[in-house]
Amino acid sequence: MGKQTPLYDKHVVMGAKMVDFGGWDMPLRYGSQIEEHHQVRTDAGMFDVSHMSVVDFTGPDTREFLRKIFANNVDRLTTPGKALYTCMLKEDGYVIDDLIVYYMDENWFRVVFNASTHDKDLAWVQEHAKPFSMEIIEPPNMAMIAVQGPNARTKASAVFDEPIRSEITALAPFTAAYFGDLFISRTGYTGEDGFEIILPASQVNDVWRALYGEGVQPIGLGARDSLRLEAGMNLYGSDMDETTSPLESGLGWTVAWDPEGRDFIGRAALEKIRSAGTHKKLVGLILEEKGVLRNHQKVIVNGLDDGEITSGGFSPTLGKSIAFARVPKDVGGSCKVEIRGKQVLATVVKLPFARNGKPV
Amino acid sequence: MSNVPAELKYTKSHEWVSVDGDVATVGITDHAQDLLGDMVFIEVPDVGANFNKGDDCAVVESVKAASDVYSPVSGEIVEVNDDLADAPESVNSDPYQSWLFKIKLSDASELDEMLDANAYSGVAADDSH
Repeated sequence: MGKQTPLYDKHVVMGAKMVDFGGWDMPLRYGSQIEEHHQVRTDAGMFDVSHMSVVDFTGPDTREFLRKIFANNVDRLTTPGKALYTCMLKEDGYVIDDLIVYYMDENWFRVVFNASTHDKDLAWVQEHAKPFSMEIIEPPNMAMIAVQGPNARTKASAVFDEPIRSEITALAPFTAAYFGDLFISRTGYTGEDGFEIILPASQVNDVWRALYGEGVQPIGLGARDSLRLEAGMNLYGSDMDETTSPLESGLGWTVAWDPEGRDFIGRAALEKIRSAGTHKKLVGLILEEKGVLRNHQKVIVNGLDDGEITSGGFSPTLGKSIAFARVPKDVGGSCKVEIRGKQVLATVVKLPFARNGKPV
Repeated sequence: MSNVPAELKYTKSHEWVSVDGDVATVGITDHAQDLLGDMVFIEVPDVGANFNKGDDCAVVESVKAASDVYSPVSGEIVEVNDDLADAPESVNSDPYQSWLFKIKLSDASELDEMLDANAYSGVAADDSH
């Protein structure tokens, strides 16, 4: 048995199929995964994401430290509550993890890492933090709920009384703030509007119940994956990892090259990769024939089979199978994918596949 | 508990079989569809194709994974359910009406090796825990 979040008993009572995810027992789906997907695209759904790692960096050297270990530049964060998406790289320019960092104040930044990478992330930051006057703290007994969908903000804010209700509704995109014990950010992993709520484990069952009372339906990891795939959002461990750089993972936009003097870990290697020219890039594929694109299927471009699907599945919004694939840079408008020994046609598209509930 | 009709025969690999004369109608069980989740694509065999017992002869793809369907008996495919191409989800909603293929038995004695509803319920229960 894996680790359990504070909402584990709720998932079981609600009939969830539980699966292992990065060492945690998490809900895969409560009923139909496709219905859960549509629930988020058309109304509002909630996800238990308490397995994610919340880590606080505090002390006078925090900004200097984060300038060094993140490929994006935390100097873009100057307003309290503002969030930034970034990769954390090894010296070779490959990706240790992707994460969101929040600026709380000049002596406090909050980071949300992935669940499956928790141990190596903590080891990495602790190792590199030694010369800095800074503390790394994992707040104990935390839980996290994501509420997503076109009606997510309205339904989630209805759980609270005024004046907090109005303040939560007024949160700007990619911004967070504390409301009592609840740290609420207008972020997510579905391509829909909504919130992510970090809160004490002791309160999470009450908040979950209150959200359910407002008609926010529980959504499992299965739909979370198809939602983020349609939204064109990468999954660490599938679309990038310690063998790929951000430049061939569709994440070049997250690397802050300026100012040139900022010597972040991985910069030298990444500059070499950039000047040598990357041979591969991450693209979107839509399958034009019957079947389902799956992770690790071979992608054939110009007769060569050196492309690979990094994340594939069925898109409920498009009614077709879609995927991210790492393919040679000179890929044209279409390619072939090998499914069970047969080559089938796929169209190469720009990401995302869907936005605001509709195919793009 | 999943639905296991008493009048059908079953395999350990979660196919159900209904026999009429020398033709067996084959689908996947309620337990199997529940494990796999929402069906999104079903590939049936070609009419006229021959299979030995245990050969993979069809594929059911759910949101979760692609799974082979094995021929429960040896014989020749005489009919396939083309309706599943446009309505794979019927395997979820009505697994015992949503047959995949009909196969003409080449050795009727193979039916004796199949599980009855009682034995299959035991297999399904073991595999849920």
